[in-house]
Amino acid sequence: MNAPNSYRAQPDERGHFGDYGGRYVAETLMPLVLELDRAYRAAKDDPAFTAEFEDLLEHYVGRPSPLYYAERLTEALREDAAPGKGAQIWFKRDELNHTGAHKINNCIGQILLARRMGKTRIIAETGAGQHGVATATVAARFGLPCVIYMGAKDVERQQPNVFRMKLLGAEVRAVESGARTLKDAMNEALRDWVANVHDTFYIIGTAAGPHPYPELVRDFQSVIGREAREQMQARAGRLPDLLVAAIGGGSNAIGLFHPFLDDPDVRMLGVEAAGEGLEKKHAASLAGGFPGVLHGNKTYLLQDEDGQIAEAHSISAGLDYPGIGPEHAWLKDIGRVDYISVTDDQALDAFQLLCRTEGIIPALEPSHAIAAVASRAREMDDDRIILANLCGRGDKDIFTVAEALGVAI
Amino acid sequence: MTQRLADTFASARGAGRAALVTFITAGDPTPAATPAILDALVEGGADIIELGMPFTDPMADGPAIQAADLRSLAAGTTTADILSIARAFRERHPDVPLVLMGYANPMVRRGADWFAAAARDAGIDGVICVDIPPEEDESLGPALRDAGIALVRLATPTTDAARLPTVLNGADGFLYYVSVAGITGKQQAAQDTIEAAVGRLKAATDLPVAVGFGVRTPDQAAAIARVADGVVVGSAIVEQIAEHGADAPGPVRDYVQTLAAAIRAAAKETA
Repeated sequence: MNAPNSYRAQPDERGHFGDYGGRYVAETLMPLVLELDRAYRAAKDDPAFTAEFEDLLEHYVGRPSPLYYAERLTEALREDAAPGKGAQIWFKRDELNHTGAHKINNCIGQILLARRMGKTRIIAETGAGQHGVATATVAARFGLPCVIYMGAKDVERQQPNVFRMKLLGAEVRAVESGARTLKDAMNEALRDWVANVHDTFYIIGTAAGPHPYPELVRDFQSVIGREAREQMQARAGRLPDLLVAAIGGGSNAIGLFHPFLDDPDVRMLGVEAAGEGLEKKHAASLAGGFPGVLHGNKTYLLQDEDGQIAEAHSISAGLDYPGIGPEHAWLKDIGRVDYISVTDDQALDAFQLLCRTEGIIPALEPSHAIAAVASRAREMDDDRIILANLCGRGDKDIFTVAEALGVAI
Repeated sequence: MTQRLADTFASARGAGRAALVTFITAGDPTPAATPAILDALVEGGADIIELGMPFTDPMADGPAIQAADLRSLAAGTTTADILSIARAFRERHPDVPLVLMGYANPMVRRGADWFAAAARDAGIDGVICVDIPPEEDESLGPALRDAGIALVRLATPTTDAARLPTVLNGADGFLYYVSVAGITGKQQAAQDTIEAAVGRLKAATDLPVAVGFGVRTPDQAAAIARVADGVVVGSAIVEQIAEHGADAPGPVRDYVQTLAAAIRAAAKETA
């Protein structure tokens, strides 16, 4: 395949990233998806919309998030690297955002769109609860009623986030259908949307779903990469050599990567969850899946030979989804971004490594990115720069980690 | 063959009545049980059969059909099973149109051309794909048309006059009017709303218009039959299968008979 003139010109007007993306929704939703597209085009061109978005990111979310040189982690990894090896490791600190993850960037953008479209009710799906908390947060901030769909299994294992959402005034509906996890929550949110088309706005949490969601979520999350690009130029006087980010649906990764896609010397690495291993239960849609259609878009999916969707597994509930955003599917096929996967055990090791070397408790999602950073850094020269997205903090995960480490708390 | 669909609607129209379209999920409760349930639909008076392809993630369906899909998949139903159920049905019932209904992913998994050819060889007359709107037609539409299979499109309460031509472009067999903005099996729309919608659709197309979503009583079926070319009943039949399992053929036949009788009675009233 020939390289395009720009990697940043996707999707086309029908929402296609190469063969991926699109608008695979029921007819009842199609007029809404088209209306959302029109509303988003108008908002993008409206300086008042951008100004309000940026104002909220600065004063409510706490942006820009810092760019941090992880000196002790860098030194620790150089200890067992060959002489002259061991790249500098920098983190984009999106775990310091209000609500503790990058998810809030997108929720601010979407609720401003909802208001602009005159919608009066908010719905969302959530897996671990981070997107649910971020959605409940912005719904409270703007005084809109909010219903969060969450798989019943996730409700059981993520009680602190369920309570947070309730404190924020959201109604949490436990989804008992299917496997009772994230994909079933998304099915149920779509069923709610189709039955409440006139007043309801669906805030999708990742860069997936029917067009224009993958594009608009990417655009709202691209604040991560734009800031990082400026900060890196200012601090190091040059661009990083390698970007690394964890991928479930892929919103934090595309947010970091997209502003750098046309910088030919910047390589990129997306890190999927290999769970118990690619031969066993995992959530690595690119490594272990095939292209197909689910939840409004065409993309890589974990599925069987008849197209039935498989259950994903990861220790990180935020990566526990059998699909991936369509732009990543395209970037994989054209080879602009490399994708690898990291197991539960490797992520747990990286989680503890960051705690002890930097005094930062990361979420299990970016722990996957940190594991990949650790192995790549040792192979790279010590004047090279790796920039990884620390997309969430680990407070929510301490119970899961304790259980995995055999500690009773 | 789309001809079987056209002939069936024409013959019902000739008798002054609407066609009865019935839905079940293939493989519910098991692939082995499906043929007898299909026969019961025909014996009960169904004119057209919609055979649901089970899917793990049926996001446009309500609880009844979700549960049917899970029962079917738990019984191990495969795409090959569904095609062989269809092929055997075609041998037993040469004149009854058979329409596959389901979601995109199981249909396109091996490629649209593979699916269209396999469906044609199994004697399928039409396909309804819930999550391929006209905007994504190229994913399946051309392959079906090349195979001579009708792509049945859906129109909904949110399909306005400006959008309707887009939906009709490439539609074949009949037009399925989803009478409520919502999921299958829940509530039914008001009769006057349905009448107005069917009137708008019939003014825009020569295709027969069948109305479904939430139709469960003979009275409701009769009321719709007075204004539409077809009445679609799904969840209410699927609930019979949920209740009776492998013993469903008898109760399904009896229930479908009440619907068919109501539709025929409605025809006499209006005649």
